[in-house]
Amino acid sequence: MNSQLEKIIKKYDSDKFRLMDILIDIQAEFGFISKEATHDVAKELNMAVVDVEQTLTFYHFFTQKSTGKNTVYLNDSAVACMMGREEIKKAFEEAAGCKFGENSADGLIGLYNTACIGMNDQEPAAIINGKVFTKLTPAVAQQIVSGLKAGKNVQDLYHQELGDGKNAAAEVKSMVRNNIRRRGQVILNDFTPGVALKTKLSSMQPKDVIDEVKKSNIRGRGGAGFPTGLKWDFCSRSTGEKRYVLCNADEGEPGTFKDRVLLTERPEMLFEGMAIGGYAVGADQGILYLRYEYKYLETYLEKVLEDARKDNRLGKNIGGVNGFDFDIRIQFGAGAYVCGEETALIESGEGKRGEPRDKPPFPVEKGYLNMPTVINNVETFCAVVKIIENGGNWYKQMGTEESSGTKLLSISGDCAQPGVYEIEWGMTISQMLEMVGASNVQAVQVSGPSGQIIGPKDFDRKICYGDLATGGSMIVVDKTRDMLKDIVLNFMEFFIEESCGSCTTCRIVPKLMKDRLVKILNGKGVMKDIADLEDWAKILPVSRCGLGQTAANPIATSIKNFRELYEAKVQKDVDYDCGFDMNKAVQASCAFVDRVPNAH
Amino acid sequence: MSEIIKIVIDGKEIEATKGQTILQAAVNNGIYIPTLCAFDGIKPKASCRLCTVKVNGRAMTACTTPATEGMEIENNTAGINEIRKAIIEAIFVEGNHFCPSCEKSGNCELQALGYRFMMMVPRFPYSFPQRPIDATNPKLLLDTNRCILCLRCVRGLKDENGKSLFAIKHRGVHAEIVMDHEVCANISDEMAQKAMNTCPVGVIIKKEKGFDEAIGTRKFDKQPIGHEIENKFNQGGN
Ligand SMILES: Cc1cc2nc3c(=O)[nH]c(=O)nc-3n(C[C@H](O)[C@H](O)[C@H](O)COP(=O)(O)O)c2cc1C
Ligand code: SF4
Ligand code: SF4
Ligand code: FES
Repeated sequence: MNSQLEKIIKKYDSDKFRLMDILIDIQAEFGFISKEATHDVAKELNMAVVDVEQTLTFYHFFTQKSTGKNTVYLNDSAVACMMGREEIKKAFEEAAGCKFGENSADGLIGLYNTACIGMNDQEPAAIINGKVFTKLTPAVAQQIVSGLKAGKNVQDLYHQELGDGKNAAAEVKSMVRNNIRRRGQVILNDFTPGVALKTKLSSMQPKDVIDEVKKSNIRGRGGAGFPTGLKWDFCSRSTGEKRYVLCNADEGEPGTFKDRVLLTERPEMLFEGMAIGGYAVGADQGILYLRYEYKYLETYLEKVLEDARKDNRLGKNIGGVNGFDFDIRIQFGAGAYVCGEETALIESGEGKRGEPRDKPPFPVEKGYLNMPTVINNVETFCAVVKIIENGGNWYKQMGTEESSGTKLLSISGDCAQPGVYEIEWGMTISQMLEMVGASNVQAVQVSGPSGQIIGPKDFDRKICYGDLATGGSMIVVDKTRDMLKDIVLNFMEFFIEESCGSCTTCRIVPKLMKDRLVKILNGKGVMKDIADLEDWAKILPVSRCGLGQTAANPIATSIKNFRELYEAKVQKDVDYDCGFDMNKAVQASCAFVDRVPNAH
Repeated sequence: MSEIIKIVIDGKEIEATKGQTILQAAVNNGIYIPTLCAFDGIKPKASCRLCTVKVNGRAMTACTTPATEGMEIENNTAGINEIRKAIIEAIFVEGNHFCPSCEKSGNCELQALGYRFMMMVPRFPYSFPQRPIDATNPKLLLDTNRCILCLRCVRGLKDENGKSLFAIKHRGVHAEIVMDHEVCANISDEMAQKAMNTCPVGVIIKKEKGFDEAIGTRKFDKQPIGHEIENKFNQGGN
């Protein structure tokens, strides 16, 4: 066996629960995961080769072939396209001499697409050899390619200065910008690490912590909105030899990027929140599940962890509280939106395919390695720190009756000031649009593709759990956009690519719906197609997880709120059109015999 | 001692043992809930979604949800059956199912469900995918044209070291079932037969034995799927 490979497998004790880490390291070391490497891993871990392949082939960033000496992953989310992705794509292709999905003939450059990389406020953006490039232009794309071909280091090809705040830190050195546009009273307010851990917990029992969190009424910020105090309470009451605290930093919902900003500017706060969670439920181990797209933050986050250990905010007897031990490790994903679903995240963390589990049992009963586990979003953990510092009552005064506190919004699309805003719950969409400098607005995509697309008649509605609930992704779409093509179609393609494929419903139906949408966009649609789409959408809610349950939302909510766009595109005088284009179908064979297709 | 609890399915009160799934409780009481990916002796993973029922108004899969005291369950309702029928149709259009030429015809659970739910023509267009056939193994043929990705083979078939005979590769619409050629190289006749029996459709076929049971005389040719459960208490001539 290759000695490098042997070292990697040893590093993780040939533990099959660490298969993700092993594969990540192999991919990084060799640029791809060869057949031989797969066989060697299987042998060392005592698994069938297909068992290794089932994990390996699940993730976007694991490849079985080289992706070029230099690899460009260009974001293809809807907002990237709105901000001019097509031109950038062409420029890359011209400069590299190959198409997206291929490597250049000399193997120097590989061009690949990737789903939203969490940079919607600075698109078009790409990850090139692990470094993030934002606000690309065609000229810049060409410079990058010629630089890479000339053997330059990717960091020497930066076309912008380093970003603000910690983006410029020695361990990050990234051009990414925070774009923090509004600081509220909780998370983006001033923060001193360790206050909660060192001055509050010594006089609080774990149960008091849970009670304080309950009192604040905070609900999970990852989207589902489950009451955090209740979740911690359940976990602390479940039986198990060991407990775990997991942080969900998968941030895969297109259009959200606020966790990236927290990971950059508030990692001390996040780790403190996880430690508080550990204290509350009786866990001594935490895992930060971090999306692969944010790997550029790895060195920096490891340093923050190290500093926290030195400062007794992690480690043994934290804050001088006897027996309060807690430490955190970082677990990377490898490119799969569904791994943001909490049970898929656990599976992935255990080295498997990111397929969601059936619930019940819930993670609080049987989570990571089947032990009671708390999983919360980055923002939730951050907010808890302030709740412990200032009390649940203080927190509850902000926001509305049923939605307490503040919320970070990631706002992007057609607006003057895209970025992160910490608002109090209860703001209306109109107020939000004014805040971000948006005019001529056609629609707002609330909560990403899995949410809903709403029009002006709903702009008086409030952002809160009782009305427009959101994990924070807000995309503004102005009147110049072709909504069905630019937004709805892109989102359907996203769900199709990201489905784990376990459920029949989620694996099959979104594709059928997308094909029907394309038929309508091609001018071949009839009124019945709209009715079919509405009917088919009703099948998806019986899927196992939120991905499938919401995968019809781009089409279903756009039909509901913008039916006229569909009706304008279908043929009114035709009842039936199978969508088949004879002339197109025989194009290739006609060309072969030198004829022009002329079927009627 | 096992604790007896009471649950209600479609208005009928039945008894269940604590720890049983809704599906097990239903089957024991002669109530049919359609299934495809569930299989006796294999840990359930609710992927076909056919056994979806409504528990206190919420959609849940009967094969994985434990029965608990006082549960109100809707099963055989027009709304739920319409979704089940749509799922069956979706499965048919996803693959290539040419029943008359399939060794599993008459013993195929998908085909039987098509009949039971009176599927005429699927509401969705066929996708006619191009899928591979793997005939390299001496005992087993793998025709993935008919695969419905129920993962019964993946979950249920392991060698003596716990290694998988079959696995799923890729994800979403690209997902496919593959055989582990090393693990399957010296597969026994019994294991090959077990593999064929585990597959609800005609993907995993034991080689060198075809059509020895005449079409028309096979399991679901005689009785529609589910009747063995529904007739549980009517047998023995009473
Ligand atoms: C497809 C899918 C993707 C998800 N992605 C994320 C994510 O990236 N981050 C997150 O915090 N929660 C995500 N969730 C929600 C999680 O399942 C879970 O509810 C959340 O992490 C719980 O934390 P919270 O209570 O603090 O929100 C996702 C859910 C689904 C169904
Ligand atoms: S709903 Fe989709 S993503 Fe979720 S488990 Fe089912 S197939 Fe996988
Ligand atoms: S091969 Fe058969 S048992 Fe295996 S997933 Fe496909 S249909 Fe199910
Ligand atoms: S039998 Fe329950 S989901 Fe398939």
